[in-house]
Amino acid sequence: MPKRTDLKKILIIGSGPIVIGQACEFDYSGAQACKALRKEGYEVVLINSNPATIMTDPELADQTYVEPLSLAYATEVIRKERPHAVLSTVGGQTALNLAVELAESGVLEQYNVELIGAKIDAIKKAEDRLLFKDAMRKIGLDMTQSQLVNNIEDGLEFADRIGYPIILRPSFTLGGTGGGIAYNREELVEILERGIDLSPVHEVLVEESVLGWKEYELEVMRDLAGNGIIVCSIENFDPMGVHTGDSITVAPAQTLTDREYQMMRDAALRCLNEIGVDTGGSNVQFAINPENGRMVIVEMNPRVSRSSALASKATGFPIAKIAAKLAVGYRLDEIRNDITRATPACFEPTIDYVVVKIPRWQFEKFPGAEPVLGTQMKSVGEVMAIGRTFKQALGKGLRSLETGKSSGAKSLDPELIAKRLITPNPDRLDYVRFAFTRGYTVEQVHEMTSIDPWFLRQVSEVVVLEQSLANRPLASISAKEFRKLKRDGLGDRQIAEMIGAQPMDVRAARKQLGIRAVFNRVDTCAAEFESFTPYLYSSYESEDESEPTTRKKVMILGSGPNRIGQGIEFDYCCCHASFALQDFGYESIMVNCNPETVSTDYDTSDRLYFEPLTQEEVLNIYDIEQPDGIIVQFGGQTPLNLAIPLKDLGLPIIGTDPSDIDLAEDRKLFGKLLAELNIPSPPHGSATSVEEACETARGLGFPVLVRPSYVLGGRAMVIAYNEDTVRRYMHEATSFSVKRPVLIDRFLEDATEVDVDALCDKENVLIAGIMEHIEEAGVHSGDSSCVLPAISLKPETIRTIEDYTGKLARALNVVGLMNVQYAIKDSEVYVLEVNPRASRTVPFVSKATGVPLPKIAVGLMLGKKLNEFTHLTDGIVNGTLPVTHYFVKSPVFPFGKFPGVDPALGPEMRSTGEVMGVGASFGEAFAKAQLAAGTPIPNGGALFISVNDRDKPAAVAVAAKFREFGFELFATRGTAMALKQAGLPCKTVFKVNEGRPNAVDWIKAGKLNLVIYTTTGSHSFPDEQTIRRNAVTYRTPCITTMSGARAAAEAIASRHRDPLRVWSLQELHAGEAIHVTTA
Amino acid sequence: MNQAVLALEDGSIFEGTSFGAPVQKTGEVVFNTAITGYQEIFTDPSYCGQIVVLTNPQIGNYGANSSDCEAPHPYIEGLVVREISPVASNWRSSDKAEHFLAQYGIPVIADVDTRRLVRLLRDRGALRGVIATGEHDLDQLVQIARNSPSMTGQNLVSRVSTANAYSWTDGVEPVSPSEKAVAPDDARFHVVAYDYGIKRNILRHLVQIGSRLTVVPADTSAVDVLSLKPDGVFLSNGPGDPEPLERQSGEVRQLIGKVPVFGICLGHQILGLAFGGKTYKLKFGHHGANHPVLNYKTGKVEITSQNHGFCVDPDSLRDSEVEITHMNLNDNTVEGMRHCSEPVFCVQYHPEAAPGPHDSHYLFRDFAALMNENKR
Repeated sequence: MPKRTDLKKILIIGSGPIVIGQACEFDYSGAQACKALRKEGYEVVLINSNPATIMTDPELADQTYVEPLSLAYATEVIRKERPHAVLSTVGGQTALNLAVELAESGVLEQYNVELIGAKIDAIKKAEDRLLFKDAMRKIGLDMTQSQLVNNIEDGLEFADRIGYPIILRPSFTLGGTGGGIAYNREELVEILERGIDLSPVHEVLVEESVLGWKEYELEVMRDLAGNGIIVCSIENFDPMGVHTGDSITVAPAQTLTDREYQMMRDAALRCLNEIGVDTGGSNVQFAINPENGRMVIVEMNPRVSRSSALASKATGFPIAKIAAKLAVGYRLDEIRNDITRATPACFEPTIDYVVVKIPRWQFEKFPGAEPVLGTQMKSVGEVMAIGRTFKQALGKGLRSLETGKSSGAKSLDPELIAKRLITPNPDRLDYVRFAFTRGYTVEQVHEMTSIDPWFLRQVSEVVVLEQSLANRPLASISAKEFRKLKRDGLGDRQIAEMIGAQPMDVRAARKQLGIRAVFNRVDTCAAEFESFTPYLYSSYESEDESEPTTRKKVMILGSGPNRIGQGIEFDYCCCHASFALQDFGYESIMVNCNPETVSTDYDTSDRLYFEPLTQEEVLNIYDIEQPDGIIVQFGGQTPLNLAIPLKDLGLPIIGTDPSDIDLAEDRKLFGKLLAELNIPSPPHGSATSVEEACETARGLGFPVLVRPSYVLGGRAMVIAYNEDTVRRYMHEATSFSVKRPVLIDRFLEDATEVDVDALCDKENVLIAGIMEHIEEAGVHSGDSSCVLPAISLKPETIRTIEDYTGKLARALNVVGLMNVQYAIKDSEVYVLEVNPRASRTVPFVSKATGVPLPKIAVGLMLGKKLNEFTHLTDGIVNGTLPVTHYFVKSPVFPFGKFPGVDPALGPEMRSTGEVMGVGASFGEAFAKAQLAAGTPIPNGGALFISVNDRDKPAAVAVAAKFREFGFELFATRGTAMALKQAGLPCKTVFKVNEGRPNAVDWIKAGKLNLVIYTTTGSHSFPDEQTIRRNAVTYRTPCITTMSGARAAAEAIASRHRDPLRVWSLQELHAGEAIHVTTA
Repeated sequence: MNQAVLALEDGSIFEGTSFGAPVQKTGEVVFNTAITGYQEIFTDPSYCGQIVVLTNPQIGNYGANSSDCEAPHPYIEGLVVREISPVASNWRSSDKAEHFLAQYGIPVIADVDTRRLVRLLRDRGALRGVIATGEHDLDQLVQIARNSPSMTGQNLVSRVSTANAYSWTDGVEPVSPSEKAVAPDDARFHVVAYDYGIKRNILRHLVQIGSRLTVVPADTSAVDVLSLKPDGVFLSNGPGDPEPLERQSGEVRQLIGKVPVFGICLGHQILGLAFGGKTYKLKFGHHGANHPVLNYKTGKVEITSQNHGFCVDPDSLRDSEVEITHMNLNDNTVEGMRHCSEPVFCVQYHPEAAPGPHDSHYLFRDFAALMNENKR
């Protein structure tokens, strides 16, 4: 069947902001779908609230709506655009849910829009547990037995029938609160009682335990003709009980015979058929009892997923791209395999290497959350590594994680071994390795972890190999031994640590002996056919397949695994760098190890190296490619950490000089520079000891901001109001050294923060955006909402900012992008931080202004000048780019995944993603951004307000506005008094320790619609934390700053005033600029 | 650990580590791209005379067991892998894969850069080679490879076929509590199966469709077969070049029109010759479990298991007599044929899988239907 011609215009739904469990893999799939459908000649309309994505680039769709993924806004887009079809299967669960809403509300029918990819019945059958169970039973597939119960007796009866252990999951509790595993009758009664009580519907799912079973996943594709293929099999290193997203996973499956694998394959295809997925990609998860091979189907997703992104990268088979083509009627055998060119996409990829995915967690950012892994995903990112063997891939994967820890077996606490092995946790693999160094056997570790003995044996062999190096002189290691070490995945640094040498000496020694990396291709076919796509990974085999060209070329170092503070925004910049290089006639070479991203799509760059971003691996690539330049300023901190060492080795870093980048981080030198330029900054100092820190802080005067150097995302950053906090911080919170001192700044309370992105060619400085933060200084810039253009700055303040930015850019010899953070207090502008590199806000500013900042930056790095880009900047070479509307960027937080964590905002960044709202006024844009971020501001109802004394005057003004909009006011005693004095009627609510019913009881009862609760400054009282935590748990919007409260009031005003409307980026960029400078 | 070496007729040398039996073996070196099912590959009689390179780098992980054998013992001459597992991890495993091969005197060379080897075979075509363990004069090994017999023109069927006729009654047994045991249909048909190197899973599937099976030696005459009064005759897979099998194709020619005939792999090629066609050698053959085959009748694509080095030339067949029913989408080679007027059909690939996808099991049902029709 050729493609459908009855469809002309297709709406693609994106996945919205990056959250835990739904990250940039959907930018990858969505971008592929957009590209594939446009290439087929369809008009593509896109809705996605996430501005940091490649898919929302105006070039990728005909009309791009960065609007909230809500029923109302999606309906408005459909009403305006009248698409013929909606593709719902490339935007994760968010898109699928929205498609269901659109169908069920009758919108699709009303506007005669067809759902393509997965039909509504199929979606429901796959998503509804009971329907799914029935469907699987019908086709004879085994599932775990389970039952919903609302009393103890039924639970006991079930357990008697099934046997212990029993898993209990209370319905609708946040983060699975109240659930557990009962190993006996007594525990069952206890957990069940608690669960029934905690569940809002007083219901608990009791389920047969499959903990410790082997876990598998198959990625399946099917076309309208009924042809089905398995793209990839994945086996989890961590057995059942750990969410797949939190498991180390391996492709292909390693421990299944063909009989068992084919049984699973048959089951997966039958499952797709029965669910009714008529085209596209799906994944099906299975568990297998290692004792007897009993196989149960765990779940299926009728859409592309995180695992399908992984499978695409692991095999070279682009699932989302092909899914999009299948959705418009193509058959699998009508689509060509891009990599072999000669063969069709209707086949099953076979691979001659092993792929390992390892998650990356950040529990350290969420004090109070227990670092254990279970059925709810907690990781914020992942890496993938490709090696010729499992050992090699695992070693490379561990290096890719950039945890700062060495990838060898570490010395840990022997007392903790049993505990850390038995209960899954982020450090489990470290403990497995440690256990092997302590003489544990594979059998012992298997008993405690249930990890398959094959995997454990592999890990133990590497540990033994590594230990055998102890005390070996470097010169004594033979070529044969080096070959073995490198083939088993040991890094030069790891070898160096074991033998007490320098990594570069190890490198030199082995290269001297002829042991050097070669590159193999990912080709979907295990070399059976020729590959035309330079998608490469390193190995220590005997033949190099990289075939570098002799073109002019530039290598881009990517940003590695997603983590809070370094996420999709940097991948966006790297991808654009690649596109720009191609535009300028250069060959682009991408290096990255994050399987979720667009940058690791083999379609993005001329050449892709799927490699860890370590000095060793980057040098390997450099040796082969000999690029003319290396770009380090787009990938966040990861490539910057490599910049100086690479430059010292003589590698051609282009753009701003690494020593200038470094200068901005060096407090002393930077302070000197600011003084020379006569630019004020908050008084500051640095310290390399506890005493020095206290002394510095005293000298500066409290409060002070304390942080380590060289980190992104405000890791381990605190505001200290007294010496005790400083002392505690220096003792506990961080590591520091003479090379990397702790930085201490005077903290400017109640200042307004401003973020500036600029481009510089050493002569001219183009300011791309001056963004005003909604939250005051003290909240990490990544966690603060911000608005473009600035709304409350005076013209002279803006002029000062422009002036300082220009001076700084020139002084730092910036070539490319630069970001500056300012604080404005009492009309005085202070520089907080300068980062001469791409910042987190680059994609947002690019979307808002319509000017492709990374592209121009790359041009500048290649030696072009700003005045060569006037066609992109509307003629502007100096000064600030205009915008046509108000654009608000709002963060999205993962607090729902970390019960027990205080959601108050602070200097440590904790948001995982962002959204953009656009409006004709600030209020409209802010309202949209908040809705898109999943924290919609209610139009009316009960407002609970409790603020510290300092905020009381402001609170009165804000409360009066809310009152105007019809809100009923509730307040704690002090605030209530202030409100009443101002003539605002309000009810007094008890604080938690004052009696009951208190504020928390009110939240739990669902009687409050909005909470405004500011912090008391020096430290949060337990009382405040309880209220904020409960607001998160019960999904009551909670605002923790006064500026946030004022913005919310403006948002509500807009809702009362403005119609619901949407703009595509293409329309916005064609519009007239607005000029707003004063409040 | 002992070193081992693989020397090829073109002079290429691959060094590795010796596992399995420490013996010297020659054979045609072919690669198989299946990810799973090494035990079935080891024991497939079609690999007689061949040294097999597996592209999956991790072999032996799940050990070896008693039920995944396609013949009473392995048939490969030798095994070349990137890594052989030191442990066997699977609930059905009773032995390590390496031991399993050692027991039958088969050498394994591991730690080989199998990707380079496969790329070489892809470009040069299948090459003769020798696996040797210990210290050797490499030039001499290359000579040994060059002096070893070529596949073309060799009659390997006589080496693997059964000496005496026997009957077979086992159907497909489940290997997991989740696999539903499907009782074979009542034995309505008597099927005589020519053993050119038959795989057990073919026999099991023939039993499943309701066959009473008599397996006969490859050189059994048509007269003798017909005297058994079969409802259908099956022509099995087998090793090597079909061209020297003139006797077999001659006998098969006698069967056409007298009894329903179903052929797989070598059986398909013998039918091609019986139809008056020709066969030719593929550059490096089809050995894997991921080949897309288009079924012209249904318009659907089957993912198939394949293992053959020779192929039927479609231009050598008369359109009036033979219809091409299946085609390989990778290289457009013939994958299935049907006689236009007589109850005879065959496929080049392996519907019994083992190892490989089960997409083509229906062909056994088609055979049952054909026999049923012919009975009436």
